[in-house]
Amino acid sequence: MPVRCLSRTGLRARLIAALLLIALMPGAFADPGDFQQGAALIAENRFANLEDGVALVAASGDPKARQLLLALQGSDLYLRKSDRTLVIAAKGADGYDLTDPLTGESAGTAASKRELKRIRINNRLRSQLSAAIAGLDLSHQDPAVRLSGVNEMLANLDDDGLKLLRERIQVETDTEVREAMTTAIALGDLDSADPEVRLQSLDVLQGNLHPAVRGAIRRLIETDADPEVLKSAQRVQDSIEFKLELYSLAETLFFGLSLGSVLVLAAIGLAITFGVMGVINMAHGELIMLGAYTTYLVQQLMPGHIGLALLLAIPAAFMVSGAVGILIERGVIRFLYGRPLETLLATFGISLILQQLVRTLISPQNVPVANPDWMSGSWQINSVLSLTMNRMVIIAFCLIVFSALYLVMRKTALGLQVRAVSQNRAMARAMGVRSARVDALTFGLGSGIAGVAGVALSQLTNVGPNLGQTYIIDSFMVVVFGGVGNLWGTLVAGMSLGVVNKILEPWAGAVLAKILVLVFIILFIQKRPRGLFPQKGRAAEG
Amino acid sequence: MSKSRLRVSAAALAAALSIGLSSVASAADTIKVGILHSLSGTMAISETTLKDTMLMLIDEQNKKGGLLGKKLEPVVVDPASNWPLFAEKARELLEKDKVAAVFGCWTSVSRKSVLPVFEELDGLLFYPVQYEGEESSKNVFYTGAAPNQQAIPAVDYLMNDLGVERWVLAGTDYVYPRTTNKILEAYLKAKGVKDADIMINYTPFGHSDWQSIVSDIKKFGATGKKTAVVSTINGDANVPFYKELGNQGISSEDIPVVAFSVGEEELSGIDTKPLVGHLAAWNYFMSVDTPENEAFIDTWHDFIKDDNRVTNDPMEAHYIGFNLWVKAVEKAGSTDPDKVAEAIIGLETPNLTGGKAVMLKNHHITKPVLIGEIQDDGQFAVVWETEKEVPGDAWSDYLPGSKDIVADWTPPISCGNYNTVTKKCSGQNY
Repeated sequence: MPVRCLSRTGLRARLIAALLLIALMPGAFADPGDFQQGAALIAENRFANLEDGVALVAASGDPKARQLLLALQGSDLYLRKSDRTLVIAAKGADGYDLTDPLTGESAGTAASKRELKRIRINNRLRSQLSAAIAGLDLSHQDPAVRLSGVNEMLANLDDDGLKLLRERIQVETDTEVREAMTTAIALGDLDSADPEVRLQSLDVLQGNLHPAVRGAIRRLIETDADPEVLKSAQRVQDSIEFKLELYSLAETLFFGLSLGSVLVLAAIGLAITFGVMGVINMAHGELIMLGAYTTYLVQQLMPGHIGLALLLAIPAAFMVSGAVGILIERGVIRFLYGRPLETLLATFGISLILQQLVRTLISPQNVPVANPDWMSGSWQINSVLSLTMNRMVIIAFCLIVFSALYLVMRKTALGLQVRAVSQNRAMARAMGVRSARVDALTFGLGSGIAGVAGVALSQLTNVGPNLGQTYIIDSFMVVVFGGVGNLWGTLVAGMSLGVVNKILEPWAGAVLAKILVLVFIILFIQKRPRGLFPQKGRAAEG
Repeated sequence: MSKSRLRVSAAALAAALSIGLSSVASAADTIKVGILHSLSGTMAISETTLKDTMLMLIDEQNKKGGLLGKKLEPVVVDPASNWPLFAEKARELLEKDKVAAVFGCWTSVSRKSVLPVFEELDGLLFYPVQYEGEESSKNVFYTGAAPNQQAIPAVDYLMNDLGVERWVLAGTDYVYPRTTNKILEAYLKAKGVKDADIMINYTPFGHSDWQSIVSDIKKFGATGKKTAVVSTINGDANVPFYKELGNQGISSEDIPVVAFSVGEEELSGIDTKPLVGHLAAWNYFMSVDTPENEAFIDTWHDFIKDDNRVTNDPMEAHYIGFNLWVKAVEKAGSTDPDKVAEAIIGLETPNLTGGKAVMLKNHHITKPVLIGEIQDDGQFAVVWETEKEVPGDAWSDYLPGSKDIVADWTPPISCGNYNTVTKKCSGQNY
């Protein structure tokens, strides 16, 4: 770069040269004026100028640059329509609180988004922004931010980034960040001309699972000529491959358990109504749907408290679905005990009525149910294995619901009465159990649990009038497979079907895996008609 | 059949006939337009909007004084997302209501179901949704995109502008995704993409457990080569799909997803934060800034009395189809299907995004192709568009079976399935 030789000439020439350089190569070196100029380019709100603007702002060295770029990345950067100035908008008490990104001071408020025009960005800009922010992150005071900056740079490392990293590692104090920087530099050194440097880098990268590292080592094996390096690279790759397979197995197991927990949640209410009471309830799916809609309504009632609304929705959904369940039992099913075919038809009719009711009262379209923050994203164990938060919460929730239901059935008077009535109705009545009341409560309990399942499902899938239909077959499958009348059976059946499905899926495809599971269950039922855990004793003969 | 029952059914037939006749009598002062969209069942989500769009267009036309001096009268039926019922309702519209034209259908299977009815009774169907091609019926006008007006340009964009080298073709398991992916696979291979760089995956309708598939996509994309997903996933299965992508940390910068079935309507009401930057290819976006589009959106909001409702691509297709039909009826001076079908070829009408839509000889129209990135307000920002309108191609040039086949409904060919090599019309009309 001809900067140094230019500096020997006069002041004016230097100034012109510097200006020229800024104009020709945005971001060539830091200058506080760049920040203003970059911001002005961004304010023009055109994709082509945005790129130059971002580059200028990123290179300006201005302490406010990071905030401006973060706002742009997070779509919080707007043009105020009245005076066409840049503002950062954040949702405030009423409307939006505005900040001037150039001064960092408050710029008043806006009543609605109509007063503002969003600066739109595209994928190319998004990549540029992440890279620019990662670069700025390296000098942030918080080590966590610096660490995420290094990791971001690792994904697409270029010469400039590498240069920056070599500079920053000299002054870095945090051990973890230093380690990450060492890894990144080692990754860059794989391209070094010196075989010795490449070997050393391989030693550093040993066991690293980052995709960028894996890609680089694969490339190295394909292109490197040095036998010593090749041998070492092959060894590193083997160890990586072994780890990958191990983690992939763990991941499949997690997927299976998570699918299984959804199946168990959907089926467990049915395990009560169908398993214990013997009622073929085709409206079970719609009771799940009602639970999901309750979640939606509770969220509508409490905007801004997504997480709290979700927690409150659990008892609410239990009450709503339970009440509807009791209504169905008292209104229809109690007249049909002992006539399974008619029960089946009647409850099928009820399921259609409930679906149409929701369509008419709420909307034929799906309704949006928001996910709270603690159910989004994933727990990153390492760069290949990450467990999604929503699935982990659902697995835990499933186990809690199961334990609660198990305790109710085993430890409470209601549970005792339910079991007594289901085993021998006449004898239970003779002992003073009001069997009609127990029937209604049992059906209500099963339906209420279906509603609770609906709350969980609303976090995973679409909430619409057809939600229930998707799960009714699966629910019956799980209950029948597990053994009618046995809660443990339902848990084991649901979990194992989930895992089997997920093991089959990668090589058979989602459609075929489902078919294979169904075929397997049909064959299994042929061999053991009473399922995994058959009920023993006199009730089983009846 | 006993005699008495025979008599009853004869009486019923007579009654039906007389109802039919009376409706003919009343039809003298109005022109009936059939609307065949599901208002209940799984497809109601998408199709109800199109029914409302048609009502709005007919309403607007009546405000302008109707057509040929008569008022237009909409006849709405509900085929309830039930494919055989589509055929029955189509028959009802054509035989009983004697409608001049029908605007309707969404899924390909519903179109295939009504096709024989329209050919038998010589009705006219305007079909407003993007579809897999490989069809051209004398009685159907395809105002949605053919594969070369949506899928192929989108793949070109990914390949040339984003430098994508590895491809995941993910779709719902039915005819549209399967045919489209077959065409895309052939196209990609013709461009030199290797087998190992293409991953094809199908899932059932309404699939909600995307964990394994998304994880597979993540692994497929972790080889260092730029990877993209071309999604023909249909309907509401998209929501859990994108949610899973977000949760597993796949951003649009790493692996962009370009979708052919996700539009403003599908995005409305869902949280689009995890989707930002993913792409969709359409011929219309609500965000396109033209005076025509602004007027259309205003009319729509006034008609539906809700300023938050969005407009989407199939709505524009109905807008174009309806305007072309109106022009053709005016040109022919009659609503007779044969005369209208003859008059409509070569007619043109403005698109909402600028430019013109021309009805071609193969019953497809010219359309601009736009690629948009999803924004967090549920709208699309256009990042790329074709220089001019692309003419719709009924028979794909990339499939070995249909390479030599063209559709041309003008004499002397007058065939939807004409082989240019053997110079023969297969005889089948679709």
